[in-house]
Amino acid sequence: MIKADRKYTVTAYIVLTVLAVLMIFPFLWMIFSSFKPSWEIYDMALLPKSPTLDNYKNIFEFSGFPKWFLNSTIVAVITTLSVLFFDSLVGFTLAKYKFPGRKILFILILSTLMIPTEMLVIPWYAMSQKLNWMGSYWSLMFPGMISGFGIFLMKQFMGTIPDELLDAARIDGLSEFKIYWKIVLPLVKPALGTLAIFNFIGNWNAFLWPLIVAQDSSMYTLPVGMAYFSSEASFQWEQIMTGATISTIPLIIFFLIFQKQIIQGIATQGLKG
Amino acid sequence: MVFSLAMSFTDWNLLSKDVHFTGFDNFVKIFSDEVFLKALWNTIKYVIFGVPSVILLSLLIAMMLNRIRKFQWLFRLLYVMPYITPLVAVSWVWRWLYQPPPMGVLNNILLNLNMPTQQFLSSTEQALISIVVTTVWIQLGYCIVIFLAGLQTIPSEYIEAARIDGASRRQITWKITVPLLKPITLFLVIMQSISFLRIFTQVYNMSVQGSGGPLNSTKPLVLYIYEKAFVNFDMGLASSASLVLFGLIMVITFIQMKFLNEKSD
Repeated sequence: MIKADRKYTVTAYIVLTVLAVLMIFPFLWMIFSSFKPSWEIYDMALLPKSPTLDNYKNIFEFSGFPKWFLNSTIVAVITTLSVLFFDSLVGFTLAKYKFPGRKILFILILSTLMIPTEMLVIPWYAMSQKLNWMGSYWSLMFPGMISGFGIFLMKQFMGTIPDELLDAARIDGLSEFKIYWKIVLPLVKPALGTLAIFNFIGNWNAFLWPLIVAQDSSMYTLPVGMAYFSSEASFQWEQIMTGATISTIPLIIFFLIFQKQIIQGIATQGLKG
Repeated sequence: MVFSLAMSFTDWNLLSKDVHFTGFDNFVKIFSDEVFLKALWNTIKYVIFGVPSVILLSLLIAMMLNRIRKFQWLFRLLYVMPYITPLVAVSWVWRWLYQPPPMGVLNNILLNLNMPTQQFLSSTEQALISIVVTTVWIQLGYCIVIFLAGLQTIPSEYIEAARIDGASRRQITWKITVPLLKPITLFLVIMQSISFLRIFTQVYNMSVQGSGGPLNSTKPLVLYIYEKAFVNFDMGLASSASLVLFGLIMVITFIQMKFLNEKSD
């Protein structure tokens, strides 16, 4: 029995290690290739023989990457802040105030979760054209400014805060907004953190909507810029891999910093389902 | 939503002011469009090939991961990385891996092993499967984390008791672990089906000029909708096609509800 167990464990380690290599290899290949000069690019060695920063210099001087990087940062940061603020405010209202129609409102918000982005892009597009938002940051950001899932999450967490606490604050003379800001928000900090992390990743990686709405190259986000840049780079793979590294590295760093929350966040998704 | 529904019955092209009500013409049109039918079939193929592979592989790996103690966190960390990183970037990395020799990394490995080289993305037969493989690589970590979390909620007493009763490891796996994981498996099957139904970014970035080629062999519904709406500006047709996609997603969600209700009965 024990012998068989050991054998199984050894096999498991071998399989898991092979898989880990398969999962990581494309990233290593991408990063190391970005330091290779063009004549070395079809050399099958993983490590560059004469490492160079020329690809990075080239990309930062002659392509839109710096601007796209800035655009992605602006879009991801602003939409995340906006989601945190509006979702927690709406969630608080739905969880702690009794008013007619609040059940219907909540069901309506939940039902938006069922509709895929792909179906919404056409009405969004028509709307931004009607309102003359085309070509502005606003058009890139407005669909991500508030999220049904976030409202749901916030309502669930805020529902667990006892009413007595809020009443005590009211007696002490705090305004309703101050109660939300000073008492409720600090209590749901962990949930806010998870919401922020997943929103940031989602908006940083978003592709379909920015592809549709960003018509001028100065408005591209990183993924859109990366797609156009790569198809125009006529298979200069060292350039393409440099672009890919630039768009990936910030997220890998982000992931390593928040790995605990991210993996926890994914894990609880399944247990709730 | 309502807007999309209304649009699917019109011939609106976004620029003209006059919109004509055309009834079910758009639906008749898309269902007689060969490209649409091809895209619909491709989308179903993505689900059929992709979902079982990702579920089976991740379940198997999560079980192994659950058995080991050292470095469990490290493996999990490495496996999730592809899921977090931008799809566009990883699509281009894979596109390079799939290139014909002497550029393509995979083909060079095959050459070194004295095996025949493959066409991968440039063949109408292999391109879709190649994209499925990349997508499985992306989604695997997500499923592994969820399965592992599920496995860790199974009380160890169950397993111990079965062992004392003389159950073999295989019996424990099939009679205890797998049935207890049923709700989580169902959840993952639904989530993965929906994500394969909505496949777009990988295909756009791994086919020449974002065409869903070669010869539409990889074009999914979302790419068809994108082209109709934002290349041809035929919003009516695109809305009809997006309703078909929505219908597919609803059917899958409905099946999920039914399964879940059966479980709780």
